[in-house]
Amino acid sequence: MIQDMKPEDIIGDYKETLLDLYGSICRVVLYTDIETPYPDGKLIVSTTDKNGIITHVNKSFVEMSGYTEAELINAPHSILRHPDMPPAAFKDLWDTVNRGEKWQGFVKNLRKDGGYYWVKATVIPNIRHGEVVSYTSVRRKPSRTKVDECIKLYPTLF
Amino acid sequence: MSYLFTVSPDFTPVHLSGWYIFNTWLQRQSGSPIHLEMYNDFPTQRLAIHNDQVDLIFANPFDAAMLVREKGFLPLVKAAGVSDEAIIAVRADSAVEDVAHLSPGITVAVTEDPDVTMMGMIMLEAGDLNAGNVETTIFDTYVLVAKNLLNDSADVGIFLAEAYDDLSSIVKKQLKILVRSQISVIHHSLMVGPKLADRRDEIQALLLSMAEDDKGKDILKSLGFDNWVKVDDEDMEFMIDLMEALAT
Ligand SMILES: Cc1cc2nc3c(=O)[nH]c(=O)nc-3n(C[C@H](O)[C@H](O)[C@H](O)COP(=O)(O)O)c2cc1C
Repeated sequence: MIQDMKPEDIIGDYKETLLDLYGSICRVVLYTDIETPYPDGKLIVSTTDKNGIITHVNKSFVEMSGYTEAELINAPHSILRHPDMPPAAFKDLWDTVNRGEKWQGFVKNLRKDGGYYWVKATVIPNIRHGEVVSYTSVRRKPSRTKVDECIKLYPTLF
Repeated sequence: MSYLFTVSPDFTPVHLSGWYIFNTWLQRQSGSPIHLEMYNDFPTQRLAIHNDQVDLIFANPFDAAMLVREKGFLPLVKAAGVSDEAIIAVRADSAVEDVAHLSPGITVAVTEDPDVTMMGMIMLEAGDLNAGNVETTIFDTYVLVAKNLLNDSADVGIFLAEAYDDLSSIVKKQLKILVRSQISVIHHSLMVGPKLADRRDEIQALLLSMAEDDKGKDILKSLGFDNWVKVDDEDMEFMIDLMEALAT
């Protein structure tokens, strides 16, 4: 499951806030200004069940998130939710994949150590025998121009 | 009646004879007549698939969705330890050190390899480049992609990593890698079509035990790898989903 972030895990000066996650969970989130650059040439991949609970992560996902694979599997995907991300973005994500369509967007993710990283994410429904069985997100390196646009836009969406 | 076997037209020329030897081996082992047809390019191969002429294929990942979803193909195996990776390279004397330094309007040299070009374009996207703002020139081989970088008629080349690594050291010295992909889950697969579907398990078992004898081992070596690894339906579906996620 998802736990409060712990000061001993955080690297650098941090701010503290509370996030309402997954409908009911209230998480203490600690976050810093330290950006980890997206690794060149890699894709960050994860799969969730229909409720957004993580069922699979690749190596790049583990490395970038700062969590161990065991901490990630069975956790809600909002374990990466950064307070600077407007809720409207995730509403749009879920509305889109629930229609059976592909969603694309730029996401600022929160690391276990309080730092962050930007990705360009594509979320698709995994359809087997005509039914949606899970969702997969494939992230690639975003361009700096697009990230700078999001840094300006996202605060206006709260 | 004989079955038709074909290999994705992006195979490396040094492995051409290997595929013929492999075909002979497969005919003997399966006791079925199989004809190997090497098409010159992707459009010709796709037309044959469209006309239901192909029964067995070592397919490019880009064509996997069409083969499985439209033509009822089933996965058998992939080459052990081999994945399709792309490289973005420029001339060694170029001032560019990162794709972010590249500007719209540049000329990108590619081959017809659909999956490599797709992976390459994804890496260029990090520099705000896309099919709409670059000039793409298609060449027959990766050697020609390299030549056109060296003689200045292209600014950037997209290479299959394996083909780049196989370039002569003189050529490589004059080039510089900006990005090498480390995707590792996108691969070619050997697949059977509907006419061979009922023999899938049998053929798969033959392939998976191929490395157990010296003859089989030698043939695999001439194809450029050590063994086959099973690809099940879910592995294939997952790769198709990944390709779809990357397609735009
Ligand atoms: C396949 C998939 C991948 C997701 N990846 C992320 C992610 O990387 N970061 C993130 O904050 N939310 C991601 N989400 C959205 C979360 O499920 C969640 O909606 C979001 O973090 C907001 O939290 P909340 O819905 O609990 O309010 C993903 C959802 C799916 C279905």
